[in-house]
Amino acid sequence: MKAFATLIEQLSTTTKTAEKVEALYQYFKVANDRDKVWAIALFTGRRPRRTISSTLLKTWCADYCNLPLWLLEECRHTVGDLSETIALLIPVQSDIIYTSSPLHVYIEKLISLSSANEAEKKAYMLQCWQQLNSSTERFVFNKLMSGAFRIGVSQQLLIQALSKFAQMEASFIAHCITGKWDPSLISFHELINVSAPSADVSKPYPFCLAYPIESGLDKLGDSANWLAEWKWDGIRGQLIKRKDTAFLWSRGEELITEKFPELNQLFTYLPNGIVLDGEIVAAIHDKPLPFSLLQTRIGRKHISKKILSDAPVRFFAYDILEYRGEDIRQYSLENRRKILESLVTSLNVHTLFISPSISFTHWQELKQIHLQSRANSAEGFMLKKKKSPYYMGRKKGDWWKWKVDPYTIDAVLIYAQKGSGRRGNLYTDFTFAVKDGDKLVPFAKAYSGLTNAEIAQVDAFVKRNAVEKFGPVRTVKPELVFELAFEGIHLSSRHKCGIAVRFPRIYRWRKDKKPEEINTLADLKALL
Amino acid sequence: MGISNVKIYIHIANNDIYFLFLYHMPLIEFTDKGLYCPQGKFYIDPWRPVDKAIITHAHSDHAKAGSAHYFCHTLTKPLLLSRLGPHTIQDSAWGVPHHINGVQVSLHPSGHIIGAAQIRVEYKGEIWVCSGDYKTENDGISGAFEPINCHTFITESTFGLPIYNWLPQHSIYESMRQWVLKNIAQQKNAILLAYSLGKAQRVLEALAPLDIPIWVHGAIWNMHESLSNAGVALPLVQRITPEHTKSNFKNAIILAPPGADGSSWIKKFTPYQLAVCSGWMQVRANQRRNNADIGFALSDHADWNGLLQAIKATSAEKIFVTHGFQAVFSKYLKDQGLEAEEVVTAYGQEEEASKTISE
Repeated sequence: MKAFATLIEQLSTTTKTAEKVEALYQYFKVANDRDKVWAIALFTGRRPRRTISSTLLKTWCADYCNLPLWLLEECRHTVGDLSETIALLIPVQSDIIYTSSPLHVYIEKLISLSSANEAEKKAYMLQCWQQLNSSTERFVFNKLMSGAFRIGVSQQLLIQALSKFAQMEASFIAHCITGKWDPSLISFHELINVSAPSADVSKPYPFCLAYPIESGLDKLGDSANWLAEWKWDGIRGQLIKRKDTAFLWSRGEELITEKFPELNQLFTYLPNGIVLDGEIVAAIHDKPLPFSLLQTRIGRKHISKKILSDAPVRFFAYDILEYRGEDIRQYSLENRRKILESLVTSLNVHTLFISPSISFTHWQELKQIHLQSRANSAEGFMLKKKKSPYYMGRKKGDWWKWKVDPYTIDAVLIYAQKGSGRRGNLYTDFTFAVKDGDKLVPFAKAYSGLTNAEIAQVDAFVKRNAVEKFGPVRTVKPELVFELAFEGIHLSSRHKCGIAVRFPRIYRWRKDKKPEEINTLADLKALL
Repeated sequence: MGISNVKIYIHIANNDIYFLFLYHMPLIEFTDKGLYCPQGKFYIDPWRPVDKAIITHAHSDHAKAGSAHYFCHTLTKPLLLSRLGPHTIQDSAWGVPHHINGVQVSLHPSGHIIGAAQIRVEYKGEIWVCSGDYKTENDGISGAFEPINCHTFITESTFGLPIYNWLPQHSIYESMRQWVLKNIAQQKNAILLAYSLGKAQRVLEALAPLDIPIWVHGAIWNMHESLSNAGVALPLVQRITPEHTKSNFKNAIILAPPGADGSSWIKKFTPYQLAVCSGWMQVRANQRRNNADIGFALSDHADWNGLLQAIKATSAEKIFVTHGFQAVFSKYLKDQGLEAEEVVTAYGQEEEASKTISE
């Protein structure tokens, strides 16, 4: 645990990618194989399920430290993280030095505890709190126990470090660690070995990702070298059919095959040895519906008949990565698309469409078509170089996303709450309101978009103007005006103001505007 | 608090109660200019100009310019002069009783920084103590915090949450030395950010045994000079001036105030590693926000246990809680059965008590 805690410490204190990769590499050199597998699992979001609720953790910690619960809550708001709060509250045992066990011991114990009773769980927690010497070790341990382990390391850095350690190609490593594998069953050797007999037929390829376009289109060169597609507002998915079984993966590497029963026919008809990249979109025939309809399906265990008829999904394919069992990612996009087109045409399944390429002769013309994105239920364009291979991960140059400008509205800050993680003890979680007559109606929460200097200013404003003293939420004088940007807007019965906006964020601070000058609820509804 | 009781009595305007009001007139009132002793007609750490100001210590949020007469500890005087410029300043040694309009005033070490005092005020047998800022661990430089028996204790609460419990100074110093040596071994400069007055001198004490050249920023140099001239023994340092170039700094220790972070000034020390020395470094989020390579939770304020011990040691019947986590801390004291109240002051806006990003 000590080595892993040191790694976490190093990862969180450096901003330099080379140092992060080095820290990971050094860890892989010293960690045993079981720990390596678990570390990879944790960094790729395969954390063990939570077996102890945060309420129990809080209660036990308050008991142990002889502190009232409300005080522990206040501490949590200041720290921004429960695991760290507990790690800081537990008194240091300076008289006895314990040696902590390797990482996998704690995780495997945690898994075995899932069926244990509360007393056993508590005994184990208290014992570990006493025996883990440094607050970093206690912090990492608490993170594991509360199922909240989300220490951010980008997949790319992890892959680089593993590639250096295992002395294998990064693309190979990336493929190895994607898909479905169980860290408690697989060995390190089995994991970093795709062709082993145990290799999974469900294994997806790493998604190719695009950066937002930065410069003018002219910089991209001759428009004839580029393919433009609508950027659909759905769920990116990789559809795999191997050995008579279909698998549908989301971009977050979640297996979502069961969530879309209307695709079953497609799964059946698709030949073996095929991997498609595309978008799962709520659509009537090939006409997409708003994302909000698809959203109503996400996270549901049972898909009712009503949902199936209100928000039927289709698979809009835009790429093919494997054909007749062969990895064709190195083929040019042009060639892959030809294969894809003939496949989709020959299949003739009503739930599978080709995401159409937009025909245009020069960039100026494409700019005109781009203006119709919203009317076409798209978020903008994807621009892809016709000669490009299917890259692994995010790579600059050959694929770009070109999104439409967001909707914007001027609103006033009315509530603030302390952020978490990096923003602990700073008021960074904001609720904004628009005017409705002489009332202020809250309509959106936003967390991002301010610079650090602006965060400090707003934080100071909130601290000066806070009304209540306890609990996390502060009501502030409606004085600061911000321009909020968002991607979509739809009616919602769950929100008091009657509408919901998608991905709201702070576009800029309108220091030039007074609260009287903000937009009204009617302005907002006019965007519907 | 005392002053609001007064208001209620006046509203009722009954002679008997008015008499009661005189009898219960608090020894220190909380006014919009600062802490005021009406019997002695003096202020403690006023944030607006007044006639007579008693200053607990030389940090800028406690020592404001513009008052007519100042009174402070002998070691605070040179610091005050260098901060405020020429002013009339009367000074005193520890524990010497002074009589101001019939009120007995004496200064007692608070352990916060060099010269930092608690102000003990006594009138007709009633004793109030204003802590200013304090820490209970003896840092070997500032003088050891002296617990004083009193009826009413006015305490700070900068780190008034139980997540703030410091490691012993010697073990923090040891980690600092290890960190510096690691950087030197990697051919890097070690930059430590610490407040010019108080923290910087402690960091010097911690690192002097390493016998590695120590360079300091002009702001720290000024404090260093003032303290040295006042007879405080401090390790040798070299001042960084604009004439110094990159080539002057090889495997060196550099001490700078927090404001230097992110400035172009800091670039001439490349390659370097950056440490922030502040109690706020206890929490990871603060460390990450500061883009520091490491944070040392070294503070000049009492930690949670320190605050509780200090309060207990005064045997005070009434506690006023000022700057910091005053709402939470006074609520906790009340939960523990103590008579406690929070007071809003203008302190804690600068130096370590500031909780902004640039802290």
